[in-house]
Amino acid sequence: MNLTEKEQRMLDGEEGYAVRKSMEILVALGDIYGAERLIKVGSVQVAGVSYHNLGDAGLEFLNELAKDGRVKVLTTLNPAGMDLENWRNLGISEEFAQKQNMVIEAFEKMGILVSCTCTPYLIGNLPRYGEHVAWSESSAVTFANSVIGARTNREGGPSALAAAFVGKTPCYGLHLDENRVPDIHVKVNADLTKFSDWGALGYAIGKKAENKIPYITGIDEAGLDELKSFCASVVTYGAKPLFYMKGITPGAETCQVPKDTVEVEQSDIREAYDNINDEVTDIDFVCVGCPHCSIKEIAEIAELLRGKRVAENTEFWVATSRSAKQLADKRGYTQVIERAGGKFACDTCMAVAPLKGRFKALATTSAKGCFYSRQNNMKTKMGSLEECIMAAVTGKWSS
Amino acid sequence: MEQLKGRVIYKGKGEGEALTTSMPISFYGGVDPNTGEVIEKGHELQGKRVKGKILVFPTGKGSTVGSYTLYRMKKNGTAPAGIINKECETIVAVGAIISEIPCIDKVDIARIKTGDIVRIEDGTVTLVQD
Repeated sequence: MNLTEKEQRMLDGEEGYAVRKSMEILVALGDIYGAERLIKVGSVQVAGVSYHNLGDAGLEFLNELAKDGRVKVLTTLNPAGMDLENWRNLGISEEFAQKQNMVIEAFEKMGILVSCTCTPYLIGNLPRYGEHVAWSESSAVTFANSVIGARTNREGGPSALAAAFVGKTPCYGLHLDENRVPDIHVKVNADLTKFSDWGALGYAIGKKAENKIPYITGIDEAGLDELKSFCASVVTYGAKPLFYMKGITPGAETCQVPKDTVEVEQSDIREAYDNINDEVTDIDFVCVGCPHCSIKEIAEIAELLRGKRVAENTEFWVATSRSAKQLADKRGYTQVIERAGGKFACDTCMAVAPLKGRFKALATTSAKGCFYSRQNNMKTKMGSLEECIMAAVTGKWSS
Repeated sequence: MEQLKGRVIYKGKGEGEALTTSMPISFYGGVDPNTGEVIEKGHELQGKRVKGKILVFPTGKGSTVGSYTLYRMKKNGTAPAGIINKECETIVAVGAIISEIPCIDKVDIARIKTGDIVRIEDGTVTLVQD
């Protein structure tokens, strides 16, 4: 890879340990993937925040970097393993909270915004069309590439941090036009009638377009929340973190429709539900917000939960960003949800909180949430928001 | 002494007994960082310890958290003395760099057998004794 004089000096250690390590990482990745140079990035999203996943080794590494590492561009953070303010209410242990706070302190020292959300694009980290960024968090990467038309590879935690300390990333993969060409045409013939169908569609397309860039036709309408859910699902279940959706996402009109074609029928959607859903009736955990709930989704939850009561042996969590919760506080949604016995899980989510062994069966609107909860040994049910609220209120899955 | 050429992922010297596999390795969940033992079910190296070995495998796989697992192994003294890959990917490359484990790839790994004494130095693998 060709480095400028300035970059070479950074690699040689002129700006200290964090920048030197970062340059070593960026140069090695650039060499591995055939990048010729580094390019400037507009922003960074850093994953690998939960102490549950980092452990003491990760914490130690972050502390090492925090000694002299300061971010050069707008940098936001993925969810942590707990609500940073209200962790006790979510049943998080004192020891865990202490370690998690140390992780957060290290990130703060680096100059990172402690946004703790997987939806950075909803809280002020919104790239423009065509802008190069270095993001981790697969659902956000897919949203940035596909819905916004920004350009990012699927970074890991350390490579995203490296990009933040240098302000650049190696130019390869999805940063280049030639690697953003769709390679499979997915014709959707199925009707999508409820919100969770978008997760099911993501599952079906992820499987059919494994490691490919799908060009999707047959979708008439999709809002922000539907797209956010679809992004999380399609990449979790196998596609590359970029798709085109005709009439919906930027660039779809100008790219050539791939010859290789697969179809998604109603039966594929049913099959996705069959694969995601386990045989289970008793639900002890209902969690909505994977990816994090938008303010619109919180409003819908409050409307459905108004005047109802969450079942005694069931926990109901609304996972969202702190900024969305602040809007919900002002509008009175928080009060409605909490009065019904629901809890807000800000800064965290079901995929990264230490939940192993705590719950037996999850109900959620999210296909991605089901994937990660199975790793926590939970049985899973995916359905509409109405079905999830019903499960929270009755403690049973009823359809 | 036979020499094999490769590409430097992380510089430095490492020498030890080779532990080789034709299967990809996931460090997160696949290797116990406290003991350095491969614990992935059904893996060729299941039950083997990588500590102090020159670990030879085609490529990495699994969660990106695996980079931190390598770092933790280095701190615990259970890390390999060096890594040789056919094609290095992000997880192993980043793990080797942050843990400062000598690592090279683009090597014809079929030439190296478990038990060979191997030295890595910059871009060269030397089979000291096979």
